Amino acid sequence: MNDDAEIIQEFLVESHENLDHLDRDLVELERSPGSRELLSSVFRTIHTIKGTSGFLAFHRLESLTHVGENLLSQLRDGKMTMDVEVTHVLLSMVDTVRALLEGVERNGLDTDPTVDVDVVVAALQRVLDGEAAPAPVAELTPEPEPVVELTPEPEPEVVEDRLPLVAAEPAAAPAPAPAVAEEPADGTEKRGVVDSSVRVDIELLDSLVQLVGELVLTRNQILQRAEASDDIELVRAAQRLNLVASELQEDVMRTRMQPMAQVWSKMPRIVRDLAHQLGREVELEMEGHDTELDRSLLEALKGPLAHLVRNALDHGLEPRDVRVAAGKSPAGRLHLRAYHESGQVVVEIDDDGAGIDPVKIGEAAVSRGVITREAFARMEPREVLDLIFRAGFSTAAAVTNVSGRGVGMDVVRTNIERIGGSVDILSTVGAGTTCRVRIPLTLAIIPALVVAEGGERYAIPQANLVELVRLEGQDLRDSVETLAGAPVLRLRGRLLPLVSLGETLTGQRPETDALTVVVVQADDIRFGLCVAEVHDTQEIVVKPIGRQLKALPVYAGATIMGDGQVALILDVGGIARVRALTPTEFTDTSTVSADVGSQALLVLEVANGRRAALPLTAVSRLEEFDSSRIERSGSSEVVQYRDGILRLLRLAPAIGLQDTPGEREQISVVVHEENGRRVGIVIDRVLDVVDEAIVTTDVGRRAGVLGSAVVQDRVTDLVDLDAVVRPLELIS
Amino acid sequence: MTATSTTRAVMAPGQQCCTFWVDGLFLGVPVEQVQEVLRYQRMTAVPRAPQAVHGLINLRGQIVTALDLRCRLGLPPRPEGELPANVIVRSRGEVVSLLVDDIGDVIDIAGAELQPTPANLPGSIQDVVRGVMPLDGSILLVVDADRAVDVSTAPETPAPALSPAIATNTTPGGTP
Repeated sequence: MNDDAEIIQEFLVESHENLDHLDRDLVELERSPGSRELLSSVFRTIHTIKGTSGFLAFHRLESLTHVGENLLSQLRDGKMTMDVEVTHVLLSMVDTVRALLEGVERNGLDTDPTVDVDVVVAALQRVLDGEAAPAPVAELTPEPEPVVELTPEPEPEVVEDRLPLVAAEPAAAPAPAPAVAEEPADGTEKRGVVDSSVRVDIELLDSLVQLVGELVLTRNQILQRAEASDDIELVRAAQRLNLVASELQEDVMRTRMQPMAQVWSKMPRIVRDLAHQLGREVELEMEGHDTELDRSLLEALKGPLAHLVRNALDHGLEPRDVRVAAGKSPAGRLHLRAYHESGQVVVEIDDDGAGIDPVKIGEAAVSRGVITREAFARMEPREVLDLIFRAGFSTAAAVTNVSGRGVGMDVVRTNIERIGGSVDILSTVGAGTTCRVRIPLTLAIIPALVVAEGGERYAIPQANLVELVRLEGQDLRDSVETLAGAPVLRLRGRLLPLVSLGETLTGQRPETDALTVVVVQADDIRFGLCVAEVHDTQEIVVKPIGRQLKALPVYAGATIMGDGQVALILDVGGIARVRALTPTEFTDTSTVSADVGSQALLVLEVANGRRAALPLTAVSRLEEFDSSRIERSGSSEVVQYRDGILRLLRLAPAIGLQDTPGEREQISVVVHEENGRRVGIVIDRVLDVVDEAIVTTDVGRRAGVLGSAVVQDRVTDLVDLDAVVRPLELIS
Repeated sequence: MTATSTTRAVMAPGQQCCTFWVDGLFLGVPVEQVQEVLRYQRMTAVPRAPQAVHGLINLRGQIVTALDLRCRLGLPPRPEGELPANVIVRSRGEVVSLLVDDIGDVIDIAGAELQPTPANLPGSIQDVVRGVMPLDGSILLVVDADRAVDVSTAPETPAPALSPAIATNTTPGGTP
């Protein structure tokens, strides 16, 4: 009995793989109906399933695939030709086979009463009878003549498939033993199973990853010991161990990676079905089949991607007549692309359809009460596009079967953000839309700041970090106050609620004469988390914690530090909930800060080669204007900008420097926006964007400058944006 | 305990018990549920966790919760300076460490009869022990690992009291 269960398991795994190939082949066939290779390959797959299901006594499955096989053999032998109708019944057969297999997976039986086999069998039979000479049931040979020119499956990405033509069944043999026995005369390989690879249980892989992690830690300990040792042999062995362990770790991590082809292979079928349903013509192009990412992420990506593709077909690509009228090619183009970029996987869904009209989106949002008309008037087109990610938002003129129920993009975004990714949309009205999804390569490793409290270390995910502030002595007394027992920090003119990590964890607030505040942000809540010590930032491997601790909201998981000890990962949102912090809108207009900390800075050049820096958060965009566009309004210089007037402010004089002499053809402007007001800060040029820990000194402090810091090995003025912009507000 | 008959069925296949001592009590878990036994491991404390959770240990890269059986059984805390040992058990797909005073042998219990836990034992012990086996010279308390790792029913002291919640609506000037 156990043997049987195992055989069925193998059968299921193999059949599912084959069915995916089938989908693709059938769609391909519709395009090149004459391809004998494709037909033979399809035939063999169905034949294999039929053979094995007969052997395992899955009679419904057998009878279904039997008729399907008849039809396929007619097609293969040229007695019938592929057309839409034939493709349709074949695809519905594939779907029914899949449904039956699911039943088998559930309870080991193919008798699921909800799956109607007879209808499909009848449809197949009708096609058979209608067009071809009626095929007498008895004559059905499950025996395709050995086809010599078989190049199975000319999909470009699976090169391995071509190789084993002659080598009949080498590596894949151990798996579906009975299936092999059932099709002796085929003479060719069973396709789909990649012969140069071995199927491995996911649990085994996960356990390998864990063991390698442990090995690496042990290696670290041995290396430490070896360094202190005089034993030359030991030192050499330790170095070898070091190399081997590193390579092993890399390779094992790679075993969890899977190619994008897994998702792409399903797309032709999805697109074909949708195109038929919606009456669109679609040219599907796909790129980046071998882009790899962690399998758990791949799995999580499938749903959102299918949704985005659906959207592109339904809302993006126009019907044929509309396209022709607009002077476009009758068939819409849908381009799917996956590639690696700076440690992330980027997936683009690009169509050449109607694009998204910000005006329509805005109107819809206003009429639905998502935003006010005033808010809409103030929004940039890009912000307007972002509205489609709001819950309950849909602009489909008619609610179609495919999309337009208003539960769409917000779910896509939520699902992608859940795996640490992001999604954004670029669109040009009339020319098309590009959806760009970015996700990390692997979910398991994240950067985090390690802090200490009560003798234990804790990790705070980098994604939650805003900045670090350290306060001592007089500063501490000046900037921290207590309101009704609640400590707050005056930070650049705003009050930041402070939460003591020690108190949150143990109920006792530690007494200190200095305060290290980690400013964190979760959802809409920003607060200062007071910790005893700050260690460094490191990449940590996120591990789950046991059932006993799941109910604790303050932890997101745990990780293992370099010394082998466990450290808990803090859940910033959970801490906010535990401390009953309520969200407030905290639009930060932060200028440069604090004693320690890392923040993104825009480094620029002013006053003939002097360096200055602005916090990147204060920069809403960078622009270049022709000097001829500068006009005067009262005592100010202004330019016309986005249907409005942008007041210009020359940075050099504002921070006590001489402006660069001479007129330029173009001016560089940093657009800064605050409280709905824009100002253009005129600089010489942008040098760089840096993200590094800076130490502010009082050297150079003056009006408009907070002080100086060494940025990229050069002394740089840190601009006090509030002070620079304030005079403008007084005169306006 | 009413579970005597079903218990016997569960115990049947291996009929061996991994034994240990906790505060003078001789306890055992069927070997099928025990993954391994380890000497004392360094632990990371988990503030706010149920009291029986003593910490987290790194078991070859896997993070394992360590539960103090003394606390779970409602027994007095381990004397200062005595280090517990780990009995790593598998329960409902998870691996959990039970902290015990001392490790005993793996003993053969084939033929011994599992009897109901004497009614006068404290409730906190009744809750975790599925039955007792009188052996020569000692009485073995057979621990139900699934129940032992379930801390939702464990004796509990109140969680640390926090100072009143901090209001954040004190930001002057309101929202821009």
